[in-house]
Amino acid sequence: MSDSAAGLDDLRDLYQEVVMDRGRHPRHGARPARFDVSARGDNPMCGDRVEVFVAFDPQGAIETVGFEARGCAISIASADLMADTVTGRAPADARALFAAFREMVKTGHCPACDRAGDAAALERLQPLAGVHEYPSRVKCATLAWHALDAALDQAAEGKGVTR
Amino acid sequence: MNAETGRPTPDLDLDRIRADFPILAQEVRGKKLVFLDSAASAQKPRAVIDAMVTAMETQYANVHRGLHWMSERTTEAYEATRDKIAVLMNAASREEIVFTHNSTEALNLVAHSYGRGVLRPGQAVVISDMEHHSNIVPWQMLRDAHGIELRVAPITDAGELDMAAFEALFADGRVGLVAITHMSNVLGTLTPAERIVAIAHAHGAKVLFDGSQAIVHRAIDVQALGCDFYAWTGHKLYGPTGIGVLWARRELLEEMPPFLGGGDMISSVTYAKTSWAAVPHKFEAGTPAILEGIGLGAAIDYVQAIGYPAIAAHEAALVEHALARLSAVPGLTIFGRAQQRGGVVSFAMAGAHAHDVATLLDRQGIAVRAGHHCAEPLMRRLGVDSTARASFGLYTTRDEIDALAAGLEKVRSFFA
Repeated sequence: MSDSAAGLDDLRDLYQEVVMDRGRHPRHGARPARFDVSARGDNPMCGDRVEVFVAFDPQGAIETVGFEARGCAISIASADLMADTVTGRAPADARALFAAFREMVKTGHCPACDRAGDAAALERLQPLAGVHEYPSRVKCATLAWHALDAALDQAAEGKGVTR
Repeated sequence: MNAETGRPTPDLDLDRIRADFPILAQEVRGKKLVFLDSAASAQKPRAVIDAMVTAMETQYANVHRGLHWMSERTTEAYEATRDKIAVLMNAASREEIVFTHNSTEALNLVAHSYGRGVLRPGQAVVISDMEHHSNIVPWQMLRDAHGIELRVAPITDAGELDMAAFEALFADGRVGLVAITHMSNVLGTLTPAERIVAIAHAHGAKVLFDGSQAIVHRAIDVQALGCDFYAWTGHKLYGPTGIGVLWARRELLEEMPPFLGGGDMISSVTYAKTSWAAVPHKFEAGTPAILEGIGLGAAIDYVQAIGYPAIAAHEAALVEHALARLSAVPGLTIFGRAQQRGGVVSFAMAGAHAHDVATLLDRQGIAVRAGHHCAEPLMRRLGVDSTARASFGLYTTRDEIDALAAGLEKVRSFFA
């Protein structure tokens, strides 16, 4: 193995394949044709911005999440993995997952990882756990989640924008 | 060779200098620290650290008010820094040196006191397209509170002040003040201070330089520059945080009303009327940053002992080396190609966000800044959201720039 390749391995703790892949080719990185609420998240430190769009199914669960983002690989990958993992969840369950995810990226610990219902989702979010080593980047990983949280607040207040 | 004296420039003894900065021996993430973020805040030499610790251990008390030995010694040490600054900047007198807490406060002092006290509604303040937020926002606040007009001088694609456009801003005779950077914290551009002053003065306007970056890299002679105000901060000049400087012509300080009210800035107080202390104390309300002032004095001694000619020559060589090395990294765009520049190089990598670049460099022990550098309007002018920035100090080595270039190659292989 060359020195250069060995050096790259060092960098993989945070920038894992899935983060690089989702950062470059997000699956949910578009404004959907139909959505019920949307909210924006801004990171004044770097000027990054994400807008999250949420549509609900008739039972009130999250049906689809899309987002438009201008940001770093971490923030876009996190937004994309968030969309994967909250789809199908009731708003309260999505918020519980956010709380568990935030704990994970802030501390590296995941007390909720054994929790029934969240274990599989948190495993999918695990690639972002390395962010806890870089406190200045925690905001990047949680930016879309904060926007989702704000969008869910709007829905709870009955402030749907379309449909 | 030194361009001004024609004599060979003394080389810096980098091994000795680096040994003066204890932090440079630290490891970061298991790697040797490569600190390329001095423009945000510089590291501190042992002399500064020791001066502050010694003051606390041997002679600390409040200044300007005690009648006891400790207070007198502390006042002497603190006020000695004012003398050192006056020499450093070639001020006409020590009374022209006002201590603030940082450049931002110095700029706000001028905006508030000179802006509201002397400028009249309808007059204009000229800034440039490459200002730090600290030299934009105070003028917007003055505009909104006091009815002055804010004018922005454009820059060229090379990142230099567009002098023809700058001069055209004075045509209607309404400009009262130019508040402009002496060196861009993003582009490294050194602005042509003497020409700026000549144009402004020809049109009856005063000139304030934000010298936060410039004073780190160049000797500042305010009488030779001919300007009216000059603001800078101690922590970028290898001193502590919490201590900044406003130099202003004495007659302007006399004319200006106080900024903050409180202790230390009065001559007498009754409920009916308070009279102000003489300059500069009129602008220094409250207990000052005593230890930081003493630390700044040690930093100035340190810089003066090395000498600006040697520092400027060293940094010019570093910038030349950095531009050559970074230009060779594929996909890297360098912002700013000014002829006159200091030790700051901003860049962006195609396909990689500046924060990802900075984190991946950090993982290799290399500290750079990334973001909008408190210069969002300049980012828009450059057509980017953010850049990464490497900045150099008198302790920076060519090897560190080579490490940056190698680090960027690794980052590129990640994102390519």
